[in-house]
Amino acid sequence: MNTAYIKEHFEQVQQADKNKELDTVRQNGFNLFNQLGIPTSKNEEWKYTRIGGLFNKEYVFAGATTTAFDTAKLDAIRLPGHEEANELVFVNGVFSFELSVIRSSSLHVLPLEEAARNEYADIVAANLGHSAKYLKDGINALNTAFLQGAIFIHVKRGMLTEHPVYIYHISDAGTENILSQPRSLVHIAESAQVQMVESFFTMGIAESFTNQVMEIVVEKDALLEFYKIQNDAATTSQVSTTHIRQTGKSYTHVVTISLNGGIVRNNLNVVLEAAYSEAHLYGLYFQQGQTHIDNHTVVDNVKPNCLSNELYKGIIDDKATAVFNGKIFVQPQAQKTNAYQSNKNILLSADASVNTKPQLEIFADDVKCSHGCTIGRLNEEGLFYLQSRGINETIARSLLVHAFAVDILEHIKPIQIREYVNRMISERLEFDIA
Amino acid sequence: MLTIQNLHAGIEEKQILKGINLEIKPGEVHAIMGPNGSGKSTLASVLAGKSSYTVTEGTVEFLGKDLLELSPEKRAGEGLFLGFQYPVEIPGLSTTNFIKTAVNEVRKYRGESPLDAVSFLKLMKEKMALMNIDQSLLSRPLNEGFSGGEKKRNEIFQMAMLQPKLAILDETDSGLDIDAIRVVAAGVNKLRNKDNSVLLVTHYQRLLDYIVPDFVHVLYNGRIVRSGTKELALELEERGYDFIKNEVNVGEEA
Repeated sequence: MNTAYIKEHFEQVQQADKNKELDTVRQNGFNLFNQLGIPTSKNEEWKYTRIGGLFNKEYVFAGATTTAFDTAKLDAIRLPGHEEANELVFVNGVFSFELSVIRSSSLHVLPLEEAARNEYADIVAANLGHSAKYLKDGINALNTAFLQGAIFIHVKRGMLTEHPVYIYHISDAGTENILSQPRSLVHIAESAQVQMVESFFTMGIAESFTNQVMEIVVEKDALLEFYKIQNDAATTSQVSTTHIRQTGKSYTHVVTISLNGGIVRNNLNVVLEAAYSEAHLYGLYFQQGQTHIDNHTVVDNVKPNCLSNELYKGIIDDKATAVFNGKIFVQPQAQKTNAYQSNKNILLSADASVNTKPQLEIFADDVKCSHGCTIGRLNEEGLFYLQSRGINETIARSLLVHAFAVDILEHIKPIQIREYVNRMISERLEFDIA
Repeated sequence: MLTIQNLHAGIEEKQILKGINLEIKPGEVHAIMGPNGSGKSTLASVLAGKSSYTVTEGTVEFLGKDLLELSPEKRAGEGLFLGFQYPVEIPGLSTTNFIKTAVNEVRKYRGESPLDAVSFLKLMKEKMALMNIDQSLLSRPLNEGFSGGEKKRNEIFQMAMLQPKLAILDETDSGLDIDAIRVVAAGVNKLRNKDNSVLLVTHYQRLLDYIVPDFVHVLYNGRIVRSGTKELALELEERGYDFIKNEVNVGEEA
């Protein structure tokens, strides 16, 4: 997939899209991509995650011409509780209204280009592409260059969305490698509440590369719970960006669970733009084989009196590798900031590795901030204690690994989703935790 | 039940046990006493199969089997129980879940079917009453934030649940006030019968006021240097360990 190939497809997309609202946005994205290029390990933000190799492969740019993906295929991957959920389905990066189900009257889901010219035009103009301010690399720009089949999700003012919103990113790879680039912009209006669960699935035998961006705006007194669950095949790779702006005093709660995937890079940005806002970020990664997981998080304290709390835990087995990079910015006017960050890892094999880097940049003088990271092994004393009670070593290890993960898992509030994640972890551990 | 012959063991290069001989028969209660560093806890850990210790010489037979050949979990399955001096705290693992897993793994080893939820609960309620343990303690993560007394009661509770044939209680009295010792001792005494044996490892005689041993052994410098009945413990209490040390040292010089 060389630059000429990318250019050719970019031009096809520009010509194919009759809605000209997003022409400029795409053109700017494409220009930026050409300027920044594919990140190499010389880029500090990509030092330990090498994705150049992904661009050496050939991909089909699925675009608007998606394959025959139907509800029968969807049934195979639906998350538990879907009968009571709103389901938003992207196939090969393109949103499908046919496959999606909207159950809540509080939700308004429409094509992004439509939102860009109707009553949501100002919101789109102010927020679409905001993530590029924080992600200065060609990958984010590439998604913008191919912006099509994207959606705008509006959560109506003052409304509690009783049904959770499940978002499926499906790559229907078939026999050809596929590049999917889903894009969405979410607007959570004043005093609205919503619970979102995002997950990724690849079908078929070929490889997939998903480069996904979701930008979310959280207004005054609104509440967002957001769960990202990644357990795709080891032949799939993804760069998954969740960019949250808290423009009014609001509350967000984000949990990222990564259990599988060849190369997975998550960007989670939370910009605290209103005083007294609160953000809680939790993450669990449990890698095996030769997979690679990279969690880059940013909490930017722009206004005073905000609270952020971040805990990421990692379990790394076999020859898997993990990266954690957590940045906290405290801008000059953001006095009385409380910002906490912690990253804890256990390595289950001698060949597993983790690179962890907490980064605090504080420009205000009256703040409380802390960060810390640990890398260790499974507790040998604990192992003997369990074995001495008759529990065989394999099960004892499973219990200890699960015990390590529990304080992340308990932050998954929807019980069906928590059980779903627990089941996947049980399968991995070959022991039923429940 | 347990026959230890000429047991030598140590950690890394350091020899700690230098030829232990001990025979415990069904229904007997033995106490191992001795000054700090004499090897008491090492003996308990070696019998339970802690891998950081290496056995260099000697044999241990437990109910007709070569104990040293068995993994820690198999020893538990065969009916051996170690009450830890310092029970390990495991945040994230609920005490109930842990005990349920342990009970069913041991049952599996013994060829019994696992307990269903109802039978397990019934057994637990019964043993909780025995040990005067509160439900709230068991729903907490294993030993995390437990007081010294709670940890030791939890150990004896686990023993009651697992119904071992030989219980080795390592310094079960250390760090406990007299009321806690009474509770723990009452729990142990209720579980005593003609088939089950207990090996108490202790520094002080006071626990032996509540759990009366049939035999008392003094461990010093990796060997049992004196054996007797409960009167020996009283003598130690009165005279301290120095007279034993002096006797042994004089003996070795001669």
